[in-house]
Amino acid sequence: MPFALTPEREREFADILSRYPNKMAATIPVLHLCQEQNGWVSEDVISFVAQRLEVSTAHVKGVVTFYTLFNQKPVGKHTVWVCRTLSCALRGADDVLHHCEKRLGIHEGETTKDGKVTLRTAECLAACGQAPMMQVDKTFHENLTLADVDRILDGLRKS
Amino acid sequence: MINRTKLISRTYDLPEGHTLAAYESVGGYKSARKALAQTRDQVINEVKAANIRGRGGAGFPCGVKWSFMPKASAKPHYLVINADEGEPGTFKDRTIMEKNPHSVVEGCIIGCYAIGAHAAYIYVRDELHLSKERLWQAIHEARKAGYLGQKALGFDYPVDVFVHTGAGAYICGEETSLLNSLEGRRGEPRLKPPFPAQVGAFGCPSTVNNLETIAAVPLVFEVGGDSFSQMSALHHLKDGGVRLFGVSGHVRTPGVFETAVGLTLRELVYELGGGPLPGSKVLGVIPGGSSCPILRPEDVVNAPDEKSPLHPWHGKPVFDVPMGVDTYRALGTMLGTCCAIVLSDKADPVLAFHNIMRFYRHESCGQCTPCREGTGWIERILDKLVAGEATMADIDLLHEIGSNIIGNTICAFGEGAAMPVLGFVQKFRPELEAYVNSKGKSGTGRLAL
Repeated sequence: MPFALTPEREREFADILSRYPNKMAATIPVLHLCQEQNGWVSEDVISFVAQRLEVSTAHVKGVVTFYTLFNQKPVGKHTVWVCRTLSCALRGADDVLHHCEKRLGIHEGETTKDGKVTLRTAECLAACGQAPMMQVDKTFHENLTLADVDRILDGLRKS
Repeated sequence: MINRTKLISRTYDLPEGHTLAAYESVGGYKSARKALAQTRDQVINEVKAANIRGRGGAGFPCGVKWSFMPKASAKPHYLVINADEGEPGTFKDRTIMEKNPHSVVEGCIIGCYAIGAHAAYIYVRDELHLSKERLWQAIHEARKAGYLGQKALGFDYPVDVFVHTGAGAYICGEETSLLNSLEGRRGEPRLKPPFPAQVGAFGCPSTVNNLETIAAVPLVFEVGGDSFSQMSALHHLKDGGVRLFGVSGHVRTPGVFETAVGLTLRELVYELGGGPLPGSKVLGVIPGGSSCPILRPEDVVNAPDEKSPLHPWHGKPVFDVPMGVDTYRALGTMLGTCCAIVLSDKADPVLAFHNIMRFYRHESCGQCTPCREGTGWIERILDKLVAGEATMADIDLLHEIGSNIIGNTICAFGEGAAMPVLGFVQKFRPELEAYVNSKGKSGTGRLAL
């Protein structure tokens, strides 16, 4: 079925377009908007964005494949990003990541069988003074202990 | 004696400090009213006198950058704010967006007026959801109050501000890559010239300023350009004002602190940062984000030439040199974003090197061969080294690859990736050789304590 935005997101779409002198500039914000609804950027989403912004599908694909935050395949209901760059690594990011892998029973880059959680690593998320940290969907969890990680992951699996 | 200040961070401790009411309670938007009552040239000259060096890493004087914009042109002008904060170890801009977003909006009003723009785009990395929310909230409040719009602050000058989001690419912190990303393209850097002041966003004259730079602009009109500059210990080097410093890694009290420019690394690490974690000593400090070559506590300034900006510290420890754009360049490192990462003697420096180079391989945009291939080679050599499979020749090869990236790429990412290679090979050669000799068994094998 072709992709379409919900009426509420259609209003947001119009608002996004109003910010720029041309339609192409809306490519990244509109892709975010579509991904928020669809969970990932499918071929249908790419066609939709290309048609609505009057750019080629090749252009949209080029953008989608350049930026790491566009999911090119379906992901879990929640995404956990563990920052592993130097400041976090110095404060125990490796332990946090291994703990997540063990607790969720998956490796980095995978999704739990129940489809609830995708585990990914992130490069520096600008929380170096509150390391180690992880981002869960849109929320930062900082100054993590392994007990915090357990509590957060258990909450996600119950949701 | 550290000269702590509370100007950029004046709303940080206020309840609801991010709101318009809080910002106006400490004098917010008075500076923009003052600036818009002056001519464009007067505004630019005031900012020139303030000697605000770009806070994003390159340290270019803000007022001079503004003066490059054409005085009259048929095309619209744009102000673009770089809040793509992604340099490892850097977490200062986020505090402004979350706790003092109106200073950014006010800075944008003044900046737009100075460069003849009517629209400003704040490019925020997508992951910073609270920052985006706070900026949008500030923009909506400012629009409602009539501070933004067809008649900004009641003056006959239209200004509007928008937040634009990236999608997870470190390279978009490079200004021309950021412009491509703003235009809805892949974030690949552009060849310069033409510079953004001629052909920037949407093919129009544009200025790209770091977020902290623009947040400091209102302060200039509050105290006066020259007085702002003189707050700095490096006023004589045209490096003025106050700025945010960050410290992370193996220190007791990591965080962001505001002081006058001219803080020393020793003060940042041992006083503001509380010193190394219990039971450890400082092994090295990466001063301003991971691109900046590492400094060690035993490093001493060698500047016998009286003309060198470092000459007053000749023979003294590098940690006691005031942190300034020119002083740090003369030291052979960079001031970068003023956010230091501290490594203690319990951390394995070879693993730190490996961690940094994995980052650069991951983030190279792939446009230029020396960077795309070079960062991959460097990471693979370090993989071998850590696995105990490298030879002595590989250490020289690291240096050679790094040297061949520098100067051979479109943008400064190449330098950013290669400088830490040269720094680590120079400063930690014995540790790297020990890894070869012991087949990877010589280090502590850990980064965390």
